[in-house]
Amino acid sequence: MLALTGMCHAQGDDLAGFAALEPRFFFDKPAYQQNPTQGLSPSVVISPEFRYAWGEGSDRITVIPFYRYDSDDENRTHWDLREANWQHFSGPWTWLVGMGKVFWGVAESRHLVDIVNQTDLVEDIDQEEKLGQPMIHVEHWSESGSLGLFLLPGFRERTFPANNARLRGPLPMANHDAVYDSGAGDRRVDAALRWRTSVDNWDIGLSGFYGTGREPRMVPQLGESGKTVLIPHYDVISQIGVDVQYTEAAWLWKLEVIGRAGQGDNFGAMVGGTEYTFYGVQGSSADLGLLAEYLYDARDKTAPPTSLDDDIFLGLRLTLNDLDDTNILAGAIVDPDDGETVALIEAQRRLGERWTLELELRALMNIPKQGRLYGIERDSYLTLRGSWYF
Amino acid sequence: MKHSTRILFAIAILLPIPTLSQDSMSLTSEARGLAIALEASRRNEGYGDTTVKLIMELRSADGRTRERVLTWRTLEATKAGEGDKSLTIFHEPRDIAGTGFLSHTHLSSEDDQWLYLPSLKRVKRIASANMSGSFVGSEFSYEDLLSDEVEKFSYRWLREERCGEWECFVVERVPVYDNSGYRRQVTWIDIAEYRIHRTEFYDLENTLEKTLYLEDYRQYLNKFWRAHDLRMESILTGKTTKLTFDTYEFKTGLTEQAFSPDTLKRIR
Repeated sequence: MLALTGMCHAQGDDLAGFAALEPRFFFDKPAYQQNPTQGLSPSVVISPEFRYAWGEGSDRITVIPFYRYDSDDENRTHWDLREANWQHFSGPWTWLVGMGKVFWGVAESRHLVDIVNQTDLVEDIDQEEKLGQPMIHVEHWSESGSLGLFLLPGFRERTFPANNARLRGPLPMANHDAVYDSGAGDRRVDAALRWRTSVDNWDIGLSGFYGTGREPRMVPQLGESGKTVLIPHYDVISQIGVDVQYTEAAWLWKLEVIGRAGQGDNFGAMVGGTEYTFYGVQGSSADLGLLAEYLYDARDKTAPPTSLDDDIFLGLRLTLNDLDDTNILAGAIVDPDDGETVALIEAQRRLGERWTLELELRALMNIPKQGRLYGIERDSYLTLRGSWYF
Repeated sequence: MKHSTRILFAIAILLPIPTLSQDSMSLTSEARGLAIALEASRRNEGYGDTTVKLIMELRSADGRTRERVLTWRTLEATKAGEGDKSLTIFHEPRDIAGTGFLSHTHLSSEDDQWLYLPSLKRVKRIASANMSGSFVGSEFSYEDLLSDEVEKFSYRWLREERCGEWECFVVERVPVYDNSGYRRQVTWIDIAEYRIHRTEFYDLENTLEKTLYLEDYRQYLNKFWRAHDLRMESILTGKTTKLTFDTYEFKTGLTEQAFSPDTLKRIR
C-alpha cells in the first residue's frame, strides 16, 4: 500500500476522483409552474482526476472533467473541465497553461477577493463551486512572498437554473444571449496580478484584476414571444483586493476588502470577522469553532445586485475528531434591517475508507418582497450526497 | 544547527558532562536533564532533510480501525532562533488525498501552521493554539508531532533504570510553550544512543493520559536513529494510534521553498 500511493513530485501517472449520488429535497411547493413539482430531485455526479508527472516532478499534466446529470434542471445537467493544464516547476518559477483554478481570500461567508474563476451557480447557491478558467499563470516565489501574473483568454458565462427549474426568479432568462461590454465579447483577454506573503502572525494578499467581471447585471428586455426576459450583461471592470489574516493563539482575524470600477459608481465592499476555536471540548477530542463576520457592500442599483449589502454571519464549526472524521458547519447570514436570513448546515462523515456522506441545508427565511432573494424564497432545500472515491 | 541550542550546549558541556557516572550526583537533576536533552539533540544535528511515508492506524476502544496513508517531510533549521519545518501530505483516505499540513516551528514564539485543501485550491492559516487538539482524529495531539526542540521544555533527571533491553535515563520534561495540553511528560531515553523508547503524557490535572511507545529503531547514514513503529495508547479512552514508517530518505535536497505556504499548491 505504501508503494502505490502518493504522486507528489514523483514520476508516473495517477487516476483518482469520485462519483456521487445526490438527491435534493425541496421543502415547499414551487412558486411557479416548474420542476420538480414534487419535493425530491435526484442527481448524479462523476469527476475523475487524471495526473501524469515527468521530469522528476518538474512537469505535470492534470485533467479533471466534471459531469452532472440532474433529473429536473436541464441547465444543471452540465459538464465542465475543472482543470486541464500543464504545470512546469523550475526553481522559484511555476508555470500553468490551460484550464485552471485558483482561490484567493480568507473569509468564510463571502469570497469577495476571489475573482479569477466563474461561479458554477447551478451547483450550489453558496457560490463556492467554480468553473475551470483558461489561463496562462506564471508565479515567482521568494522568501519574502510570491508574485503571480495571470492572462485569462476566454470568458466563462455564469451558470443559471433552467427557466422551468427550482431556484430561478419570476422572470425567464435568456442565458445564451449574454451581452458584453467588450467588443471582443467572450474572447477578451483579461489580466490579473496577485502578491501574497506570510510574515510572523500575518498572512497578506494583494490582487488586481482588469477584464470582464464575473458577476452579470440582469437587464430586462422584451423577448421574441413578447414576454419580458432577463439578459445577462457582463461589464468590463477593474478591481483591486486586499485579504489579510492575523492569527494568534485560538483566534483568527480575517478581512477582505475590494474596490471596483466599471459597474455604476466606483464602490467598495468588505467582509471581516473572527474565528475562535475551543480544542478538546469538555475533555473530549472534539473541537468547536465560533465564527462571526460582518459584510458590507456599497454598490449602487446599476451594479449587479447583491443581498450581502449590510449583513452579519454567525456560525459554529464542530469537528468531532472521531474515526470517521465527522464535522459540522452551521450558520446563518442575517440582514439586521429586515431580518432576511439565509441559514446553512453542512455536515460530513466518512463511511468506511472510500465513501463519504454529506448533508447540506440551504434555508431562506424572512425574505422581504423587495429583497434580492424574493422569487426563490420557496426554494429552501436539503442535499444529501453519497460519494465514492477511487 | 540552531544558535541558541549551541549556546545552551556550550554551557552544558562546561558543566561536568560525566552526567552518566555515579559521582555526578552533585549536579542538580535539572542540569542533568538538560544535558541529556542537549546530547540527544546534538546527535540529531546535521540531518538536513528527511522524507518518509507512513501508515497511521486509528483504533477505537471497541476495536474498529481506520487507516490514513501519508508522506512526512522535515527540514532542519539553518537560521538562528528558528525551529525545524515539516510538511505532511495525505494520500488516503482518498477523499482527502492531496491535503497538506505545513508547520513552521519557532523556538520562542508560537508555531505557524497552514492547511492546504486541494479541491478548493485553498491555503488556510490555522490557529496555533491547536497544540492540544487531536491530529486528524488520532491519539496524537499536534504538539506530540512537533520536532523535539530543546527550548520547548524544561527538564529534570529523575533516575536511571532498565527499559526493555536498554539501560535508560528517566527524564521529566515540562512544556514551556503556550497552549500545551500537558502538565508534564516522562521520557525513557537509552544511555547508549540517546533514543526515546517511551513517553508518558500527564494532562493538566496531572493524570496519566496516554503513553507513547517507540520501537524498531534503525540507523541512517551511520548516525541518525529513527523509530519505525510508534504506538500511542490512550489510558483514558482506550483508543490507540499506530504509526508504521517506511524507509526514511535523508538529504534529498529539500529547500525552504518546499516548506512555504505559497508552494503548497504544488502538492496536487
